[in-house]
Amino acid sequence: MTPGLLIFILLGIIAVASAVAMLLSRNTIYSALFLVLNFLSIAVIYLVLGAPFIALSQIAVYAGAIMVLVLFVIMLLGTHQLDPHEPLKWQRPLAIVLAIALIVQGVYALVNRYGFKATTFAANPELVDPQSLGMVLFQKYSLPFEVTSVILLVAAIGAVVLTQKQKKDGGA
Amino acid sequence: MFPVIFPIILAVVLFSLGVVGVLLRKNAIVILMSLELMFNAANLVFITFANYHQNLDGQVFIIFVMVTAAAEVAVGLALIVDIFRSKKSISIDEMHSLKG
Repeated sequence: MTPGLLIFILLGIIAVASAVAMLLSRNTIYSALFLVLNFLSIAVIYLVLGAPFIALSQIAVYAGAIMVLVLFVIMLLGTHQLDPHEPLKWQRPLAIVLAIALIVQGVYALVNRYGFKATTFAANPELVDPQSLGMVLFQKYSLPFEVTSVILLVAAIGAVVLTQKQKKDGGA
Repeated sequence: MFPVIFPIILAVVLFSLGVVGVLLRKNAIVILMSLELMFNAANLVFITFANYHQNLDGQVFIIFVMVTAAAEVAVGLALIVDIFRSKKSISIDEMHSLKG
């Protein structure tokens, strides 16, 4: 058992456990903090797989910016403890059975396709370098890059419009 | 090192947990967070195969996925705040009518 595999298994256990804890906790703030733990463990998995730039942007963007936004809204609304409705009785076992079916199906298809041959996730310097990532991003994918900037602009305008309109209606 | 299948299996498990969250929870914010979990599972697959094939395109796609997820969370949370103002609740059971 190599150190990489050991670290990966530990991180995988943390990731799955925190995802389950996120689903099960009644308090929404605990859910958000468990999700932050999940994102951090996945970021370290990215490091193990040899993608340090993506790992750090995962920490900065997901665990930092997005989850702070979510926590801010939870505390703004003060809804962290109201979850009054239990799911219908038959929904919970059905969802769990369907999820297990999905896992088995996916694992079966992937094992058939790729098997258990060990591969080295070598830290190829050409793939680790942020400079080469930037070259691919701004040359091969420059048009999608521009489109994502439009998406961000539309999302920012949409968020402002959605939260402002109600205020104007309520005030009038 | 280890088989390429291991991170993929982890991604499948995380994706399925995200699906369970969307199916079971009634809190709209928890459903948004489950969506984030599914985005992350997809990102894990991208990273794994990017390095399996020694190719940078997968890592570039993760940047696009992150941007899209950020936009989705911004708009989704704005919608939740707006719905909470009119319904005083963010349970998705309350969101069955189109008019406020």
